[in-house]
Amino acid sequence: MTIAVVFFVILILSLAGYWMGRNRAVALEQEAAAGRLHSLPRYYGYFVALWCGLPALVLLLVWLLLEPVVVDRLLLAGLPDRMTASATPSELDLLLQTIKNAAAGFVFGTPKPEITTAAAYYQTLRFAARAALVVCVVSLAIAGLVLARRQVAPAFRARNRVERIIGVLLVLCSIVAILTTLGIVVSLLIESVRFFERVPPHEFLFGLNWEPQIPIRADQVAGLGAFGAVPVFWGTIMVTVVAMAVALPIGLFAAIYMSEYADSRTRTVVKPLLEILAGIPTIVYGFFAVLVVSPLLRGLGAAVGIDVSPTAAIVPGAVMGIMLIPFISSFSDDALTAVPRALRDGSAALGATQAETIRLVLLPAALPGIMGGVLLAVSRAIGETMIVVMAAGLTATLSLNPLDGVTTTTVQIVTLLIGDSEFDSPKTLAAFGLGFVLFLSTLALNVAALQTVKRYREKYD
Amino acid sequence: MTDIPRGARPTAAGWSNTDDAAERVRRRHAADRRLRRLGAGAIAVAIGLLVILLSSIVISSWTAWTTTQIRLDVTIDPGRIDADDPFRGRYQDLVREAVYGLFPEVESAADQRPLRDLISNGAQFEVRERVVENPGLVGKTVSIWVPASDSIDQLRKGVIDRELPPGRRRVSDRQIAYYDALVEQGRVRSVPNTTLFTAADSRFPELAGLEGALKGSFYLLLITALLSVPMGVAAAVYLEEFAPKNRWTDLIEVNINNLAAVPSIVFGLLGLAVFLGFFGLPRSAPLVGGMVLSLMTLPTIIIATRSALKAVPPSIREAALGVGASHLQMVGHHVLPLAMPGILTGAIIGMAQALGETAPLLLIGMNAFITAAPEGVTSPSTALPTQIFIWFDSPERGFVARTSAAIVVLLGFLILMNALAVFLRRRFERKW
Amino acid sequence: MVTQAHPKTLPHPEPPRRQRHDQPPKEHPGLQEAPRAPVAVHPEVPTGVEEAPRAKMAARDVDLWYGDKQALFGVSLDIAEGEVTALIGPSGCGKSTFIRCLNRMNDVIDIARVKGDIRLDDEDIYDKAVDVVQLRAKVGMVFQKPNPFPKSIFDNVAYGPRIHGLARTKSELDEAVETSLRGAGLWEEVKDRLDMPGTSLSGGQQQRLCIARAIAVSPEVILMDEPCSALDPIATAHIEELIDDLSRNFTIVIVTHNMQQAARVSEKTAFFHLGKLIEWGDTDQIFTNPNESMTQDYITGRFG
Repeated sequence: MTIAVVFFVILILSLAGYWMGRNRAVALEQEAAAGRLHSLPRYYGYFVALWCGLPALVLLLVWLLLEPVVVDRLLLAGLPDRMTASATPSELDLLLQTIKNAAAGFVFGTPKPEITTAAAYYQTLRFAARAALVVCVVSLAIAGLVLARRQVAPAFRARNRVERIIGVLLVLCSIVAILTTLGIVVSLLIESVRFFERVPPHEFLFGLNWEPQIPIRADQVAGLGAFGAVPVFWGTIMVTVVAMAVALPIGLFAAIYMSEYADSRTRTVVKPLLEILAGIPTIVYGFFAVLVVSPLLRGLGAAVGIDVSPTAAIVPGAVMGIMLIPFISSFSDDALTAVPRALRDGSAALGATQAETIRLVLLPAALPGIMGGVLLAVSRAIGETMIVVMAAGLTATLSLNPLDGVTTTTVQIVTLLIGDSEFDSPKTLAAFGLGFVLFLSTLALNVAALQTVKRYREKYD
Repeated sequence: MTDIPRGARPTAAGWSNTDDAAERVRRRHAADRRLRRLGAGAIAVAIGLLVILLSSIVISSWTAWTTTQIRLDVTIDPGRIDADDPFRGRYQDLVREAVYGLFPEVESAADQRPLRDLISNGAQFEVRERVVENPGLVGKTVSIWVPASDSIDQLRKGVIDRELPPGRRRVSDRQIAYYDALVEQGRVRSVPNTTLFTAADSRFPELAGLEGALKGSFYLLLITALLSVPMGVAAAVYLEEFAPKNRWTDLIEVNINNLAAVPSIVFGLLGLAVFLGFFGLPRSAPLVGGMVLSLMTLPTIIIATRSALKAVPPSIREAALGVGASHLQMVGHHVLPLAMPGILTGAIIGMAQALGETAPLLLIGMNAFITAAPEGVTSPSTALPTQIFIWFDSPERGFVARTSAAIVVLLGFLILMNALAVFLRRRFERKW
Repeated sequence: MVTQAHPKTLPHPEPPRRQRHDQPPKEHPGLQEAPRAPVAVHPEVPTGVEEAPRAKMAARDVDLWYGDKQALFGVSLDIAEGEVTALIGPSGCGKSTFIRCLNRMNDVIDIARVKGDIRLDDEDIYDKAVDVVQLRAKVGMVFQKPNPFPKSIFDNVAYGPRIHGLARTKSELDEAVETSLRGAGLWEEVKDRLDMPGTSLSGGQQQRLCIARAIAVSPEVILMDEPCSALDPIATAHIEELIDDLSRNFTIVIVTHNMQQAARVSEKTAFFHLGKLIEWGDTDQIFTNPNESMTQDYITGRFG
């Protein structure tokens, strides 16, 4: 509640700032001695409003992000030593949670007196924090308003200043993308390092045995070597191979038909239809895999006497393949269409049939573009989560048979992290280790794909 | 060989009139037709799969659109319900007595159990609602339609096959007999399943609905749109209109293209580690989900906005600069408004992506079992796709159809959003 | 195809000096009322006139529409065998459009519609029974901008023989490639780098490569659509010389907007304007003594 009020106060102050700045400028303009204004009056208004609102908003945001961390620290520091001295981080978390619950009124039975005291202390801290927040943010807004308004003068280049501020905002927004990547890399790296402190990297990368769910006590884990991720990676590769085996031929032939044989009416109908496949959420594909594809394939298997595992690689693989068809087809279509008409004409003028032109001239010429699409599709397949979470299994096995059950990197990440957010068990850390490998491999594929496609585009643009 | 003159024929003239050549041409045309048929076949397969996918889900959702109700004559016993405070009361007992009352011949407690399992656990709330609305009912007997239990619902819809041997179905022979008797008394009816939209999640399929998920998804999209659209447009405007061409902007560009292809689950890991782990934001909250999804849709919006900006012809820019507009005025007054349809289309498509995204939400706990709709962006909540996942994971038979129904709802929203995007593109498309 | 007799559209008010050149084929229904005595089409059938070249290709009343826009209006023209026919006219006059009708390259444009009658050796090339693949093997084409495939020089030239199955062995293929490259006057320049990409050559060399590629399938007619417009003067001179050499073995139709070029390389010239064939006849006559004042104006540079 407080936050919303503070937010509105800032907004209102900014509006007031706009009004004051503008009015001051108009008043100055009318004083004959003051000379002509440099900018339109409203720019003076914008200037004051921006200086009033922006710093206050930034402070509000930073405060809100840091407040819980700081309050927790203060709370722990304020607790009696006997409660915190010997506690592990997860016990401390639990303790904090208990105190907060008590403070919020969720109490079961009679709480211990020290918890009640702590809860009261916590309440005080939070109240103090919020009060300080309101005071600091509002006074910053007012200070900004006053200072900025004082600057308003005819010679003051309000428009240039406003534009500079907006320019800086634009740059900041474009940096968010960099920060996101940085955030991904740093957070994955930190957690992975913590994981590799417990499980040696070579064991993780080359070990053949993956059973992270079994150990219950933390000290059991590292010695058992249950974090060998090879079977997990293998499962990912299996599913990806099956997916590409489905998507590549269908997508490529569909693209050939669309770009070379179909008339424009067919194209305008078929292209959006295929793109629907790409717009369907993956959870729908996952459900489809379990509802239709899995029973179908198992039934087929049973009919010819082959045993198909309910979590066979072929089920999520095939469904993922369907999802990737439009990916391959639109990239290939684009690549084929980008081949200059002169080459088609040249080939046709020699008496080549369309199939010959496609096979001998267009496909070789479009190959880099198609490869780029294929690489991106592989990267998609490796990182795809919901289909495999729903249709693949949890047991990691090394098998060449696509009819055997598999598990994949993404399935393991989800199962290891779903439900509990403890940050120091090797189990959850392993998920970040897997996530790091996943990120690096898709990054490599993406960069390779984007480079290939870019070079291809440059060639024919 | 060396004295072949310029302009010479490399092969015999008139070769193409021979029978050999004719035969060859026939084969070549056959190959051409083969490729053509392969292509058409591939498209047919892809569209066929699309049709199978959509129709199987719609068919499977069929039974979830109606629900079964049973009419009970409930006596509101003043001994159990206080007319002054009707909210607290032992409504479950009232419901049970009413059920037992339907079959007075059943007396032993062991026999009464299957009888009360005909009625949903939610029946008591239905009765309570009526009494709270009208406390005057206390002491009277009211005839009231209450939801049947999932098993009876499935039996009525034929999902549970009564021909199966008793051990292999979840409804006993006796329950079937009770049900048939109730049908004969006209105490059973099927009604449109409004619960699906008005209730939040529940362990009981017949009581579970999407209200919480719909509200959660609404908050999620709100946060995502508020964060990613302004940020994405601003970033795109900077990169397209202001940024110098140098290493730094190249890096940003590569980085954005790469982010667009990073698996969504990695964004979930980022959210888990940074927003929940480092900043200590609440789990399962639409606020955090929205933040994660906005980082994920940011590249989509930036890329769409940039191409919309690129499509505005340079002549417009020159005209604006020519009359003395500053660079920012040129962009703000002319380029952005002209690019707006393209930007909106991109934003809607980005939002549609965000609406269907599941994996990152699982990691930040938006698949929790929450029986109340969220009240704000920080209260725990599910979203449509995570709700689908929860129901998919539930063992009760009734959740299969409800999962499909929830998917149909999700797809409905996606179709709406994409139709809007297509409409915008058609309506405002400009050819320069 | 609709075939109508419109002899009047053939503007031959005066007998050309080299009468042999414009004798229409006797079988052509559109020409039965032609003012001059018909001449047999097949070489083995003796004709009245010594070494008179027959019409290798004959167009009658060719109309062409791109969608609703008509681009050609009743064009009737004979292409004499073994000669170079130049099509001249201001840009957009339909000469390139017309040349693309001769090997049905307009088929690939969805909205293009052709009406009229075009014959190759007295066979209607727009007949349903005619296979465009075979037609184009007989009527090759060289384009305005050199368009070598992104393959090696060898593969570029070998492309035609390969798809048409003209070489049974590797050595036959090697031979065909060498002959074609020599035929196009390119052999000496590229014989040591046949596996380099065709796109690595200079513009003029690329165009000669495209010519080598075209002659590798031994077409009967070679259509050239402004083959020199993208080239520098030296490369242009090379190509013009080459056209002269080629005309010994091939019937050539060349579109050009360069009047001097038309005068230098061709025996026959046709002048197009706004989709209509204004006048055609012996090059000497067209350039020195045209019948139409419009031709006169164009040639003397008064418009165009």
